[in-house]
Amino acid sequence: MASLHKIIFATSALALGVAVPAIAEELNIYTTREPGLVQPLLDAFTAETGVTVNTVFLQDGIIERAKAEGESSPADILMTVDFGNLIDLVDAGLTQPIQSDVLSAAIPETLRDKDGNWFALSSRARVVYAAKDLDLDAITYEQLADEEWKGRLCIRSGQHPYNTATFAAYLAKHGEEATKTWLEGIKANQARAAAGGDRDGARDIAAGICDIALANSYYVGLMASGAGGDEQKAWADAIKVILPTFENGGTLVNISGAAVAKHAPNKDQAVKLLEYLVSPAAQKIYAEANFEYPVNASAEVHPIIAAFGTLTPDSLALSDILPFRKRASELVDEVNFDTFSN
Amino acid sequence: MAANAPLARTRNPISAWTAVAAATAVLVFVPILVIVFTASADTGDLWGHLLVNVLPQSAWNTGVLLLGTGIIATMVGTGAAWIVSAYEFKGRGVLEWALLLPLAVPTYIMAYAYLDILNPLGPVQGTIRWVLGYSSPRQFRLPDIRSMWGAIVVFGFVLYPYVYLTTRAMFLTQAANLVEVSRTLGVSRNMVFWRVALPLARPAIAVGVALTLMEVLNDVGASQFLGVRTLTASVYTTWIVRTDLAGAAQIATAMLTLVLLLLVLERWARRNQRYASNAQRARPMPAQKLRGWQAALALCLGLTPILIGFAGPAIYLISSAIKRLDFAGFSPSLLRATVNTVTISSLATVLILSLGFAVAYAARVRTGPVTQGFSRIATLGYAVPGTVLAIGILVPVAAFDRTLDGFLRANFGLSSGLLLLGSGAALLYAYSARFLAISTGGIEAGLSRIPLSYDHAARTLGHSASGTLLRVHLPLSRTALIAAALLVFVDCMKELPATLLLRPLNFDTLATLLYGEAARGTYEDASLAAILLVAIGILPVILLARTGRPRKP
Repeated sequence: MASLHKIIFATSALALGVAVPAIAEELNIYTTREPGLVQPLLDAFTAETGVTVNTVFLQDGIIERAKAEGESSPADILMTVDFGNLIDLVDAGLTQPIQSDVLSAAIPETLRDKDGNWFALSSRARVVYAAKDLDLDAITYEQLADEEWKGRLCIRSGQHPYNTATFAAYLAKHGEEATKTWLEGIKANQARAAAGGDRDGARDIAAGICDIALANSYYVGLMASGAGGDEQKAWADAIKVILPTFENGGTLVNISGAAVAKHAPNKDQAVKLLEYLVSPAAQKIYAEANFEYPVNASAEVHPIIAAFGTLTPDSLALSDILPFRKRASELVDEVNFDTFSN
Repeated sequence: MAANAPLARTRNPISAWTAVAAATAVLVFVPILVIVFTASADTGDLWGHLLVNVLPQSAWNTGVLLLGTGIIATMVGTGAAWIVSAYEFKGRGVLEWALLLPLAVPTYIMAYAYLDILNPLGPVQGTIRWVLGYSSPRQFRLPDIRSMWGAIVVFGFVLYPYVYLTTRAMFLTQAANLVEVSRTLGVSRNMVFWRVALPLARPAIAVGVALTLMEVLNDVGASQFLGVRTLTASVYTTWIVRTDLAGAAQIATAMLTLVLLLLVLERWARRNQRYASNAQRARPMPAQKLRGWQAALALCLGLTPILIGFAGPAIYLISSAIKRLDFAGFSPSLLRATVNTVTISSLATVLILSLGFAVAYAARVRTGPVTQGFSRIATLGYAVPGTVLAIGILVPVAAFDRTLDGFLRANFGLSSGLLLLGSGAALLYAYSARFLAISTGGIEAGLSRIPLSYDHAARTLGHSASGTLLRVHLPLSRTALIAAALLVFVDCMKELPATLLLRPLNFDTLATLLYGEAARGTYEDASLAAILLVAIGILPVILLARTGRPRKP
């Protein structure tokens, strides 16, 4: 049997290609960003520099994988969709500080770590989709819990990172009691189970299941541009987008970002890629292919997204929201947010 | 352990089986130990919070979901198996294999297909509105599939083949003589099912239902789509959203304990039942010919689960894949993912079958608590949610890789990189740990049909141990081996959480490709990957149906 093991192992190693050889012009990325979103950027980078980029999409467990691999890890860049995940990587000691004038010049101070451990690459707003014919031009996050929306609101699972980040911001601003009451109000307003993705909000508005939905800004671009097919275009046509604000505040903005891995074997290339990703050329791809807000002020917002109105990000820093994430997630459990009973 | 084992009857071959079985058991046990160890960390007031706010609801949800799915799977699986075994009617030949087709559809694909099909804007509600004369979905609403009943129907109709498969095999190999005897004793044709076939099939049903329910427990995607918050979702939330791996491991360990308890109970409940070993070529029971409306009814009953569990989602996937092909074309990454999927699943199947055979065979040639224990341990992996098992494997595998790499660097100035993680060997490990239960169980059942007297006879007639293996055991358990191989292959192809976490750079399978798109909400881009996954799964499933059928004398 021992020989059988060897044969199987050797065959599998051959079939799968044994560990990536350490050729200089290569770069390895662990990402929680969906491949469809980052690939156009990486392809453009390869076309420009000739550096081959290898990726693995790790939806969850990027921390566990990088930690377990330690100093043998091939990862050069760790890329995440959400600010919370990014900081978790830094806290777990899996990143290294980078000093780069290019990065400092391109990214505003609030969107990067002062020690250079992480950098924002793009941002998105947590917006409200509303039925097109609805008489509604402005709304606050607080008003989402108002009784007038009873049975009219669609939202994805309260435990999804997009929502826990939103609830954590509310918690940071209003405290625990108020947040719990607010969450109970939103739960009572649900038109269906809190499930699915952000796009389902638009589709369910088109289908008449709900009148408003809480979702991310960039999905509208993906739907409205027709890149997802005619059906999705119809969903986008059924809604209008409102940039909500907090009372006495602005709109909630989250980021996607990246860090250079602590044991990066190709550190120079990694920095090169980060610098490329915030360059006007790459930021244009973010805007055109992903419909996100660029972090580089010199890059333009896509017209579909610009049509929502002027974005005024809330003054509360992401790093001030972060400590409330866990408690926000517990509050979601406490109000039994995801169990539909209306 | 070895010291307590009974003495070997002959030396070398037998101790080799035991050694491999022991090694396999250790390999499966290591990730579980890692999980239990992870769970031992202090997690503050986690359980206070869970007991008050999470467990009552998610335990209730999980219970209802398991019960509902179990009932549907048992009724549909057993009923369908009986119809195609006991009756002869037009279309039976097709039903026999087509009833297995839902096996090729992963639960998460089934869930999102039905979300689209039954959406107010989808074809079904659209047609109903058109018939009733409503112009807008706002005027007319049907119940939302995003609910408990939706989840129960989805799981029940995609997973019933596990019950169908085991029960049909039982009917085919056991029923003939017993049906004849009971008929002679005056039991009516209809009562045979209730009084003879069903009680006899109980262990087979139990095995099928156990597999079904573990699949439900392992699911994250489908229940997430359908808005049903289960215990597995709580594990997930605790780990990901609250970055509390130890807490997640604690919930997982508690779940595992519960599952093991149920399995032990089930085994204990039928401790006194023994099943006739009938190694002769199975004789199918004489099927009763049905005509007219009875034949039509049987056909309809048989077709319904196929329509719901397979045809519905398949037609939907084909139509959206065609739309997508027109729109975006066929990407090379799909082709690569297809090759990867088939390659890794084939390798894993060979490995899992070999190990499963060793474990089952060791328990046969050297009966006793130790070898029995190995086979119990080897099947533990199936009871752990896939996401959690993946973490349990990641830690020791990465530790091995690091140690080797560090040693080579320090002593030889060489780097092995991540040998197991980087080569995909970690994936083979994960699949083995997870699906050994299927191969071991299937092979054990196959071997148990061969009476021990055959072994004695073969040995008396001068065959060596390996000769007995080659001339008696392998040929007589061939059907069970093939069936186990096909089932394992299909399951490896569909596997998602471990593949997602443990695969090397630039290595996608159809399942991970699909998930990447679905996570982003771009289901339409995923439809091609989904249809390929289902299409590749169909072939082994059809072969699987053929293996159970006794050869014509």
